[in-house]
Amino acid sequence: MRQKQIKSNDVMLQIFARILILIIITFSIYLLLAGHNNPGGGFIGGLMTASALLIMYLAFDMKTITKAIPINFTTMIGAGLLLAVGTGIVTMLFGYPFLTQFFDYFHLPILGEAELTTALPFDLGVYFVVVGSALTIILTIAEDDK
Amino acid sequence: MNNLVILPIIFPFVIGAVLILLTKHHKLQRIVSGISALVLLAISIYLAVVVYQDGLIVLELGNWPAPFGIVMVADLLSTLMVLLSTLVSTVCLFFAFKTISPEREKFYFYPLYFFLLIGVNGAFLTGDLFNLFVFFEVMLIASYALIVHGGTSYQLRESFKYVIINVFASALFIVAIAWTYSITGTLNMAHLAERVAELEQSGVLNVVAILFLIVFAMKGALFPLYFWLPRSYYGPPAAIAALFGGLLTKVGIYAIIRTFTLIFNHDPGYTHKGIIVTIAGFTMLFGVLGAVSQFDFKRILSYHIISQVGYMVMGLGIFTPLAVAGAIYYIAHHMIVKTALFLFAGVAQRVTGTTDLKQMGGLLKTHPVLAWMFFITAISLAGIPPLSGFFSKFPIILAGFEEAQYVISGVALLVGLLTLFSMMKIFSYAFWGEQKHTEEQARLPIGKLLLPIAPLVALTIILGFAAEPMFVYSLEVAEQIMDPSIYIESVLKE
Repeated sequence: MRQKQIKSNDVMLQIFARILILIIITFSIYLLLAGHNNPGGGFIGGLMTASALLIMYLAFDMKTITKAIPINFTTMIGAGLLLAVGTGIVTMLFGYPFLTQFFDYFHLPILGEAELTTALPFDLGVYFVVVGSALTIILTIAEDDK
Repeated sequence: MNNLVILPIIFPFVIGAVLILLTKHHKLQRIVSGISALVLLAISIYLAVVVYQDGLIVLELGNWPAPFGIVMVADLLSTLMVLLSTLVSTVCLFFAFKTISPEREKFYFYPLYFFLLIGVNGAFLTGDLFNLFVFFEVMLIASYALIVHGGTSYQLRESFKYVIINVFASALFIVAIAWTYSITGTLNMAHLAERVAELEQSGVLNVVAILFLIVFAMKGALFPLYFWLPRSYYGPPAAIAALFGGLLTKVGIYAIIRTFTLIFNHDPGYTHKGIIVTIAGFTMLFGVLGAVSQFDFKRILSYHIISQVGYMVMGLGIFTPLAVAGAIYYIAHHMIVKTALFLFAGVAQRVTGTTDLKQMGGLLKTHPVLAWMFFITAISLAGIPPLSGFFSKFPIILAGFEEAQYVISGVALLVGLLTLFSMMKIFSYAFWGEQKHTEEQARLPIGKLLLPIAPLVALTIILGFAAEPMFVYSLEVAEQIMDPSIYIESVLKE
């Protein structure tokens, strides 16, 4: 007699994943933006986002995810590197040394008074590189058995 | 403008990042990387000329003053090294266009190539000890990927050892940096040099100096830490092996020269004339003995790297302006010649399909241009007078006799003889004798492969016949690095 394959049911995991991912991604973006004055920054924010995406990969199957997030993560690494080095090059064009930082206070419509610095795009570059490389590592190992 | 100093680092950075985005487009990748390699070469020549004319350039990154921020310093030595490294890498890149297989090209060969260059150029130009570590890591991680690139079982086995030894060396590097920081409280090289001078390099600072020597000796393949080199350089394809042979160990040697002329130069009787000279002697001797015992084209060349790294360190160890100038000339000569020789090994392997000398023969008859170009470079390596090898060994050995270091000078002369012997072994086995490869292989055209190597062969001849201007230049470099006050004052602006 052939063994009957047990059909697994991941309803619990999938429902909770939907809620969790939202919370984790929000938290990771908070960490990314808070990095200037509080603990946080591009690296930890990127790792949190990567872990949120990883939960998605655990709860759902590969095909659905690649359809939902059509991003090539290695391209993301390249883009992040360009963004980070770009913030340095822009300051060079204005005649300052490489990676000079500027900041000023702006009045934003909803958030009110805010300090905007050029360190943020640099952090964003780090964020992209971390998300891209963490997911490239995990997905390359995961897809290895094909 | 001061930002010129950082261009040899961020230019390959940008190109490497762009090439990641272009991995699907074969032709475009080649065009972009080829053009940018030439642009990089032009930048580094311009930088060398500017520094030669106007003196040392310091760039304070992010507009932070010197001991607090990171500085990039371009002096004569570092610009010379940057110039040589971009020259060597450009040649290897154009050689790679013709030889590297499309499967390898697809897997980020060109981005990794440029990332390696960021690390190498950064290590030459930085003025901060921790920054030096970071650039070492950038270089090493790119080299891990390049050395295992292609994934043959030999490469996997040997690169595992390479990675283990280098991770260990990096950990030791961090320990040494932490120790230095706990003693002096600074990591800026100029500031560090000042504080070490105040403490007169007593007691524990000598220990730290030796720890740094061990770390850089592992990267630069000095005795007794060279064992990883010959086997791991055997695995990767010729273009990569040539790049490594030309560049990587010399970064370690540069770091030794920099730290032991700028920072730890207050007890030369112990560190330089004692330890470094002894290590140099053993390195030269064991390296060349390894080369004499081998019967493989690439392996002989790998062992020669070790013995020649010994000459450079010997020049530093004797520590007179003449000897250091000789060491600098030797680095220039060695990077050019060693890269050319590895590429010739690649061409010979292309023709005969093997690197085992006993299975080769008669290349002189079928490919005379290759044979004579190899012959010129080989005798240049051994140090026959009209070529650059002679004028780089001569001042080192002369300085050795002047300083009454007779043993080491004798060893250096003996090693020169054994080098000539092993190069002639290659020539007589692979090029002389009966033809062992088939007629079909004999008709293989290799003109396009030899074209990128030709500038290197021309350079070793030019460096030999026009030795005087080059030697005057390296004497100036030596005088500048032997007098660290210039470096310290222009960084700290006192």
